[in-house]
Amino acid sequence: MHELALTHEIVTVVTQAARGRRVTRVTLEVGALAGVMSDAIAFCFDAVAQGTAVEGAALEILAVEGRGRCRSCGQEFAAAALYQPCLCGSHEVDLLRGGELNVKSVEVEEAS
Amino acid sequence: MCATCGCGTDGEHDHDHRHGHDHDHDHGHAHEHEHHDHHEHGAFHHEHRRTVETLDARVLARNDALAARNRSWFAGRDILALNLVSGPGAGKTTLLERTIGDVGEELALHVVEGDQATARDSERIRAAGAPVVQLNTGTGCHLDADMIGRALGQLQPPAGAVVMIENVGNLVCPALFDLGERAKVVILSVTEGDDKPLKYPHMFRVARLMLLNKIDLLPHVDFDVAAATDRARAVNPAIETLELSARTGQGLERWYGWLRQHAAAARARSATSPP
Repeated sequence: MHELALTHEIVTVVTQAARGRRVTRVTLEVGALAGVMSDAIAFCFDAVAQGTAVEGAALEILAVEGRGRCRSCGQEFAAAALYQPCLCGSHEVDLLRGGELNVKSVEVEEAS
Repeated sequence: MCATCGCGTDGEHDHDHRHGHDHDHDHGHAHEHEHHDHHEHGAFHHEHRRTVETLDARVLARNDALAARNRSWFAGRDILALNLVSGPGAGKTTLLERTIGDVGEELALHVVEGDQATARDSERIRAAGAPVVQLNTGTGCHLDADMIGRALGQLQPPAGAVVMIENVGNLVCPALFDLGERAKVVILSVTEGDDKPLKYPHMFRVARLMLLNKIDLLPHVDFDVAAATDRARAVNPAIETLELSARTGQGLERWYGWLRQHAAAARARSATSPP
């Protein structure tokens, strides 16, 4: 389950960005064709966050639909799977969107 | 194999989704803003300001940076590095043993062995005659660039060598982790389903070469070589394919030819690049 390793990486990235502040929300962007299960990240998140500045933070996962562009005819189309061909029949497809695995933003709490 | 964790079962165990936090997207903006929560009217509480900071950070950025470091380490030494991936039991180790026996010395083959546990495979590789470093990932299901960087320090392959990284047997997780290799080589054996390229599309999409192994067993199984090849090309039109049997030796010469060609290319690249 590579999502566990990825969740460790997410918590590391967020902890560094927080620079000691408490994190109250983490927003991820996960593409439909990224090879990553959002549910599995969500499943690990609380446990991995324990004992870090991210502990107790809400996790928000924004799904990004797949989108491809055909190298043969130039057509852009919604790609539901990596093996989905263009309507023209070509499998030569560049993935424009759907491969994302990003920490989009964090919400941190600052004592004032 | 379970598609979630890569274990040997058919997904009959639980990957239940029981967690307490919400996935709601209750604000649609990512720009910096401040808002005051319930603390603001509580005279007995400290006041906390909440700020949203945009990161847009790729989760795999750290692994990819370490992979780039490995890649330039290989390039600086004229080394061809290959990442061998497959499901468990497709024949990666047997293919390596055979390859070491036939061309191990000629190509200066060095091996990094990745398994969840045991040193069984590295013992087989050492017995076959190649220098090897064993990595055990424990609960991990894949090798990452950091592990490879540390393994190279131990393995110390000489200039011009070929480094074969045998990844953990798993067609899911290793697809995401660049190790700094020149190419991923995916091994599919004919005792598996010929629809695997469609069922595990990420791996076949990122592989340069597909080796169809155990073709000596074709008369006994329902595997359709043409269908498997078509399906691999549906996911990755540029994928190269070779058919072979690591047990009988059938088709191995073309695999060795592929290795020689890419090893020579790895050496030629630095010879032609400016000092």
